[in-house]
Amino acid sequence: MSDASLHSIARGTEPELRDYFALLKPRVMSLVVFTALVGLLVAPVPVHPFIAFVSILFIAIGGGASGALNMWWDADIDRIMRRTRKRPIPAGRVSEGEALGLGLALSGLSVMMLALSANFVAAALLAFTIFFYVVIYTMWLKRWTPQNIVIGGAAGAFPPMIGWAVATGGVSVESVLMFALIFIWTPPHFWSLALFMKSDYDDAGVPMLTVTHGHESTRRHILGYTVLLAACSLGLAATSIGGPVYLLTAAVLNFRFLVGAWKVWNRTTEQAEADAYGEEKRFFKLSLWYLFLHFSALLADATLRAFGVIGGGA
Amino acid sequence: MIRATHELHTRRKGRNLGLGLILLAFVGIVFGMTIVKVGNGEDVLGTGMVSKEASQ
Repeated sequence: MSDASLHSIARGTEPELRDYFALLKPRVMSLVVFTALVGLLVAPVPVHPFIAFVSILFIAIGGGASGALNMWWDADIDRIMRRTRKRPIPAGRVSEGEALGLGLALSGLSVMMLALSANFVAAALLAFTIFFYVVIYTMWLKRWTPQNIVIGGAAGAFPPMIGWAVATGGVSVESVLMFALIFIWTPPHFWSLALFMKSDYDDAGVPMLTVTHGHESTRRHILGYTVLLAACSLGLAATSIGGPVYLLTAAVLNFRFLVGAWKVWNRTTEQAEADAYGEEKRFFKLSLWYLFLHFSALLADATLRAFGVIGGGA
Repeated sequence: MIRATHELHTRRKGRNLGLGLILLAFVGIVFGMTIVKVGNGEDVLGTGMVSKEASQ
């Protein structure tokens, strides 16, 4: 860190601890923590509270490490896009080398510590998640295909699966469906945002579906993925972690989400511009609640099951 | 030669203190994990050696 640090001192921009923390994408980390925690808590095997805490912490650090590596690789486009211009590297507060070093060190540390605190399956899944996000998504597919969001979504979908593996030491239909829920939710969530955000991605040369295939095709994609998502969400209700709270939540949310996707699909760009993309914005906001409430409902059913209020599930 | 009064040390004080706390927390985590694992009689290092209580 010495060379880069001396340069930054010369410029009078000494990096602070919070700059390094910002490299870990704390907002993404909060989603990772929440979904991994739910994956761990709904699993049928109890985990010692301290081991659970430490495991979630290192899953979050692993997620943060992949965020730092993403910022290192994407520093060139982060400088161009308005949304990312204030990130530590484009803002000149942290050097690219420091981000790379921090990302690699935390990746190794988090995987190793998760293997020690939990088991090798959870650690291997975390290692694969980091590899997938950094190499497959960031380095390879993000700038190459307009389906980048679909593939990138997989990286964000692994945490509940890792949480489940921490408790059970394996993979099962429940954890695969939790993965699928986030994986299929990501495209409609992100594409609805892309519809009403004037995208910087174009300037940065990142192919986004809204730009490469147009809004009409994007709206079709949103509807298609939402139908698939509803099937996956209701499928999860039939597994051992589903329960009455989840079933009711999923039924209501999927109905509203499908209606929203139908409305988004059923209108033109002119109509959208006329009401300042009101429908798309509503759909996007609903998508945030959609995921949060699904996982909260799983947690609620697990709590009811723990207190013996409901039975053991399917 | 590094002087303790160098301006760099003052400027980096917050960062160094933060890093110190992180390292302390890490030590605490490893210690806590060891206590829990050994307490449960787990084979912590994969050596095949577990506590006598757990093996009985």
